[in-house]
Amino acid sequence: MAHTEELYLGKKSYNVIGTRPIRHDGADKVTGKAVYTSDLHLPNLAHGKILRSPHAHARIKSIDVSEALQVPGVFAVVTHDDFPDLENKVANLGEAGMVNLLELGANCLAKGKVLYKGHAVAAVAAASTHVAEEAVLKIKVEYEVLPSVTWVLDAMAPTAPILHENLRTDFMGKKEDKPTNVALHLQFEKGNIAEGFQSADVIVEREFKTASVHQGYIEPHVTVALWNEDSRLKIWTSTQGSFVCRQQVAELLGIAVSQCVVVPCEIGGGFGGKIAVYLEPVAALLSRKCGRPVKMSMQRNEVFEGTGPTPGSFMRVKIGAKKDGTLVAGEAWLAYDCGGFPGGVIGPGCMCVFSCYEFPNAKVDGFDVLNNKPHTQAYRAPGATQAAFACEQVIDELAAKLNIDPIEFRLKNAAKEGTRRVDGPVYPRVGFIECLEAAKNSPHWKTPLTGKNRGRGIAAGFWFNIGCASSCSASVNDDGRVTLVEGSTDIGGSRTSIAMQLAETLGIGAHDVQPQVADTDSVGYTFLTGGSRVTFATGLAAYQLGLDLQGQMKQRAAEIWGCGADTIKVENGNYSHNGHTLSFKQLAAKVAENGLPPVVGRASVAPEGSTNAFGVHIADVEVDPETGKVTVLRYTSVQDAGKAIHPSYVEGQLQGGAVQGIGWALNEEYFYDDKNQMRNASFLDYRMPTCLDVPMIETIIVEVPNPTHPYGVRGVGETPIVAPPATIANAVHAATGCRMTSLPISPPVLWKAISTKA
Amino acid sequence: MSKKTHVTATLNGETVEFLCEPRHSLLEVLRDTLQMTGAKEGCNNGNCGACTVMLNGRPVNSCLVLGVEAEGATLETVEGIASHAHLHPIQQCFLEGAALQCGICTPGFLIAAKALLEQNPNPSEHEIRFKLANNLCRCTGYDKIVKAVQAAALELQKAAP
Repeated sequence: MAHTEELYLGKKSYNVIGTRPIRHDGADKVTGKAVYTSDLHLPNLAHGKILRSPHAHARIKSIDVSEALQVPGVFAVVTHDDFPDLENKVANLGEAGMVNLLELGANCLAKGKVLYKGHAVAAVAAASTHVAEEAVLKIKVEYEVLPSVTWVLDAMAPTAPILHENLRTDFMGKKEDKPTNVALHLQFEKGNIAEGFQSADVIVEREFKTASVHQGYIEPHVTVALWNEDSRLKIWTSTQGSFVCRQQVAELLGIAVSQCVVVPCEIGGGFGGKIAVYLEPVAALLSRKCGRPVKMSMQRNEVFEGTGPTPGSFMRVKIGAKKDGTLVAGEAWLAYDCGGFPGGVIGPGCMCVFSCYEFPNAKVDGFDVLNNKPHTQAYRAPGATQAAFACEQVIDELAAKLNIDPIEFRLKNAAKEGTRRVDGPVYPRVGFIECLEAAKNSPHWKTPLTGKNRGRGIAAGFWFNIGCASSCSASVNDDGRVTLVEGSTDIGGSRTSIAMQLAETLGIGAHDVQPQVADTDSVGYTFLTGGSRVTFATGLAAYQLGLDLQGQMKQRAAEIWGCGADTIKVENGNYSHNGHTLSFKQLAAKVAENGLPPVVGRASVAPEGSTNAFGVHIADVEVDPETGKVTVLRYTSVQDAGKAIHPSYVEGQLQGGAVQGIGWALNEEYFYDDKNQMRNASFLDYRMPTCLDVPMIETIIVEVPNPTHPYGVRGVGETPIVAPPATIANAVHAATGCRMTSLPISPPVLWKAISTKA
Repeated sequence: MSKKTHVTATLNGETVEFLCEPRHSLLEVLRDTLQMTGAKEGCNNGNCGACTVMLNGRPVNSCLVLGVEAEGATLETVEGIASHAHLHPIQQCFLEGAALQCGICTPGFLIAAKALLEQNPNPSEHEIRFKLANNLCRCTGYDKIVKAVQAAALELQKAAP
């Protein structure tokens, strides 16, 4: 998997990269003018609403929609039967994995069974949202309620209620023969762990569990679909990948991808949860039935109960080390739930659990387990945060037992160029050691922590950057400004990080490039915004686009000067030949003046394999022994960005990920009652961090260039969430002496641990 | 569906009239009836603050106010913060400080921050965090938002007579 092609240019200084220009879409977003999907008002618009299952697990005996259709103002009702027959086709959603379309369709509208509370069953389109809300209540569904299960180990038990009767465990490509909820059993092995553990002087083994948490984007899922009489389907939506959305919708509805255009509106957060479709195909079916555009949006409880949490997990991690601190063996057993349909994030969990260290001997077993929760989705470094919560606490404990400083212990065993991960790949140049050194030298680490009930923790995190396809095109205007068209939806400032790479390549200013994100008819195929790939892969496309434009500009200059294009020198955006020099802008004007062909460029790339980003986090906490409440006093996030294109937005990724991770560590969980109903499906009760809950988040950007990118870029979006729960848990241990092995470390849990310790 | 009520209010300095059902929230009226879509819906039950607008000089969650309650009221939304092609210092500081990522929470934060600074021109970090705790942001971790409000406070103090 390691990508070996050396593309790094090794530039020592930059004009645009590393500066902090105001983002190109900034003014729109601070004045309320930016158009999010929910802001669209189309002529003759109908409003859709979903009927959802009140049960965690039930067979649908019948659905009667006749009364709903009688409600004045109702235009159409759909159920799963409105989908065409979906064969066992599979679509590649990249980071979200391979998706079986039959299952995807049954997640959008239940087929035969409901598999979690909140599972969509039917949908109505009506003159207003309120009418649609009234009408869904008139749909009569007869259920046969079945026993349900939400805890991952209970779901693995032989006596567990079975979600999919025909499912058999896939173990290393072979199917087992009994009905089960274990969809997949993965195994990775390196060396010989029995021999490894025999040579260990100290061994630590612990069990961990984590609750399901939600991505928590503030914008609920929303879509508008218009299925026209000419069979063209147009979808405006909030998605991380317009092309990936188009593919899912087209395949679910049995139409060609070219019959469908997806318009990505501004997106109000995704974090992995806006890759799989929920509303888009349903709105399309309603639109076809009623002949109007149909808008559908979720309420917040529907987002919690009907869309992707990240897995709840049970993990056992055992690590052995020599007296001198050398790691000799690691063993992990990870069970992650995947909700109502197979295909969770156990794969990356297994790849990441030991990814920070050099383990001569290691074995990892991973299980993808069905249970009666919403089908899990990617959430920022999917699967890695749980694994790090386990591994980094065991590492912390080993260091303490050996009386070695936790940073020195990590430095001694740190993954570096040439380290082979347990799942096979060998690291190219990576920056983990540099991150540990930066943490060691940080103002935070060097400032002693004093005070009662306080503790400092440190932990490391790892995540990949995937490559995959990206396209962009651009035209040079008469005034020398460049219009950039790209396909990567912009969730957090990527228009600017892409535009800056094009500007750097051309030798013009960041604001001389005007980027826009185009619909699927207006730009080449571009894979989704996820996998920390956009600034890396779409940035690579922008670089190549820059070379294409530059080559054309040289040709135009050659025509003007009557010389060969290869005799023209280009430096910092200036084109010169034989004593003549034209700046990029002057040359652009001359191209127009002389009636030369306009300069229009394009690039498409598909870098293979993945690169890697490491981070190290430090937290100081204070624990109230009376209540178990943890206050984060100080927090530092160190990460290797390869090269920070726009440092403010790199810092923003580090800070945002840290706070999401603090929420995961301390507050957030899907709280289920004895009927497997989620009892906290609102922002008030789910309780994500507010600004009053966290301190400033200090950041240190380490820059160890990625050899597979011309400017050395590594993706930074996901690694920031990996280390926080482990960091907080290690800090809580330092403050209280209590090793917290389950998430969240909520006040009642910690209070109980403190109270029973003595 | 019940009979609609006629409501007159002042929105960003202009008189507006609209018809609304008793069940329509102020947020629905703003977004769907008046097509002022700057205020966002994140939760529709007062938990996230994305719909924050000024009602008679106080920040409110417009999803928790009924449209009919706006009769005679003075309303200010994010669309009314900038004046004549000039961004307000709070908006400018949010841009310069990269205090937004996806931008969906930004209108609510801008209104809440403006209300805070009008009431308290020189807030401490804790006061900023306390007053903005009604608004959820999932992208930024709040660091750059708090710093942008601090920067805006300084700008506004400089501009004050």
